[in-house]
Amino acid sequence: MFFTYIYRELRRRHRQALLTAFGLAVGVGLVVTVSAYATGVGEAQEEVLQSLYGVGTDITVTRAAEEGTGGPAEFGMNPGERQEQGERFSRDRVLTSRGQQVIAEDRIEQIAALDDVAAAAGGLTLTVMHVEGEFAEMVPGQGGGQAPGEGETPEAMPSQAPIEVETYSIAGIDVAQQAIGPLSSAEIVDGRTFTSDETDAEVMLVESGYAQQNDLAVGDTFAIDGVDYEVVGLLTSSSGASNLYIPLARAQKLADEDGVSHIYVHADSAENIGAVQESIETVFPAATVTTAEDLAEQVSGSLASASKLADQLGAWLSVAALIAAFLVASLLTVSSVSRRVREFGTLKALGWRSRRIVGQVLGESLVQGVAGGILGVGIGVGGAWLIARSSPSLEASVGSAAAAVGPGAGMGAGGVGEAVRETLTAAGTVTVELGAPVSAQLVLIAVGLAVAGGLLAGAFGGWRAARLRPADALRRID
Amino acid sequence: MLYELTDVAKRYTQGRKLVDALAGVDLTIADGEFLAIQGSTGSGKTTLLQMLGALDRPTGGQALYDGRDLGKLGEGDLAELRSHAFGFIFQAFNLIPTLTAQENVETALVPWRVAGDERRTRARSALARVGLAERGHHLPSELSGGEQQRVGIARALVREPRVILGDEPTGNLDERTRDDIIGLLESLWRERGQTVVLVTHDTWVASRASRRIWLDDGRLAPLPEDDDAPAQAAIPEGVGLPA
Repeated sequence: MFFTYIYRELRRRHRQALLTAFGLAVGVGLVVTVSAYATGVGEAQEEVLQSLYGVGTDITVTRAAEEGTGGPAEFGMNPGERQEQGERFSRDRVLTSRGQQVIAEDRIEQIAALDDVAAAAGGLTLTVMHVEGEFAEMVPGQGGGQAPGEGETPEAMPSQAPIEVETYSIAGIDVAQQAIGPLSSAEIVDGRTFTSDETDAEVMLVESGYAQQNDLAVGDTFAIDGVDYEVVGLLTSSSGASNLYIPLARAQKLADEDGVSHIYVHADSAENIGAVQESIETVFPAATVTTAEDLAEQVSGSLASASKLADQLGAWLSVAALIAAFLVASLLTVSSVSRRVREFGTLKALGWRSRRIVGQVLGESLVQGVAGGILGVGIGVGGAWLIARSSPSLEASVGSAAAAVGPGAGMGAGGVGEAVRETLTAAGTVTVELGAPVSAQLVLIAVGLAVAGGLLAGAFGGWRAARLRPADALRRID
Repeated sequence: MLYELTDVAKRYTQGRKLVDALAGVDLTIADGEFLAIQGSTGSGKTTLLQMLGALDRPTGGQALYDGRDLGKLGEGDLAELRSHAFGFIFQAFNLIPTLTAQENVETALVPWRVAGDERRTRARSALARVGLAERGHHLPSELSGGEQQRVGIARALVREPRVILGDEPTGNLDERTRDDIIGLLESLWRERGQTVVLVTHDTWVASRASRRIWLDDGRLAPLPEDDDAPAQAAIPEGVGLPA
């Protein structure tokens, strides 16, 4: 009887039932779309962070350069000896990261010994300017026709020989602690990673994009500053800022430095990151201590705008739509109960208890809620699909202090149109394609919301029906 | 006595106005009586019927049904009483429009929580008793007024209540159908010895009752002199008489 009555009643006023379900569906659909969009933005943001930051790394310690340090780069392109003029040359100029000072290695142990620190490893990022060409020839001046040797220095004109300049980045890796730092989230696509005894070996890993550009494969050699390195592995092309990875000791020799540019720290638990950050700042006041959270704050650009849009406008929009949907559903239910005063009064006169009548009203609303939920998930998935299909590209830039390296990892749980590939366009700027994944959890929440909306409406209607006194109900009509 | 009403009053507010629907009614109704309540519009007939059917509580006086004070029973007890003791018949039939004739009759058995099969069997036999055995699957909108009221009567009868209460049960029907319906009620009353209380404007309907009372302004009044109702129906033997 219960189900027959619900079915017949909903069929009789199917327009109103559909309107109620549709109202709930639109509200819920908007929540699904906005949540999927927000998830997409969140994943994109995470992806940006991951690409700029090692996954196993919680905190990065750097030290800003003091003002006035550094100086113009010298390449030695002017021939020192006259006989070198016109000869080919090939030189590498190794620079430590701009704006950063080298940190002494004993700081790593000091930080590793702090409370709540699980591990700490050093890294040295370098930029190499490779210059190749011919030394300029000094051509004697043609004007005046005087013979040389008459006590006047001949006017020298540099030759216009072609010079190639190429810049690439190198990260020196602590081969004993690859779980933190730039390699923590890297994926080897060919060959192998460093072995722990290759602390000073002439081996390197190459980011696959760079390898492709320069026609490098596993087994090839690559010369840096006159030393040949064997390519032992290729890394995922979604890597971060560095093109090449070599053992830390090698990088230190290259740069003629004893220290490191970055200390990567892994806290023993996520809750302790803040505490670790504070204790590092205490023992090492000159350091710049960056956590993933700081990094997120530094993310700017259209991704940050999208994130704000999702957080603020989207959240308010879906809350407003939900409230409107709940309100419409409640009003329609209350109005339907009001029109059924005689019906409920009659049932009460037949001895139906109030709770049975409330149950009937709730049951009808519940069916509408479930229908609205299913329809709403459809609308939401459709909306998310549209977002994923139009797939706007978003850009994010991060401050240079945070431009640590680390390949981006794959996305989380699958779903419709999940956020996809990124390309590193310049140091610290990442372009990601936005997706809007709809998870099973989100679907459940959506159906739950619609059912809650239906129940809320039913509760209002039921409350009104329960308050009817049978005598009043009958008197009002007859 | 089945009912004993002593100085029963019902006062309610209508807007800012206080209305005394009943202003001190003393009435006893014997088991098995066929009582007609008459009176002009607004005289309190329907209020009195609702009082007898435990749909409303008196605001003054005492209304006893079978020795139980209707003014002091809780909502649950009143619902229980309504589902067991009384069968209502309404002027506008009050059938649930979305349910078939058969299902409408079944609604009266819902509070009893009887099994589906038994519910359907009983509803079918109640419909057969009012001559609608073949019309059970029709919706109210597919039935004539007379047929709808027969469904209403079947719904009132299906629980075999002690009292059948009718609020202008023929008010919406033409004369011929009215005669049919009253004939049906009368024969049921005679066969089963149930107590029947009808509120009616119709003098002919009232004349079929074993007793008539007249309400005027919420009080019992003598029957008007120009009342030309034919002689009252005789109470069937052994029914409604004090032992």
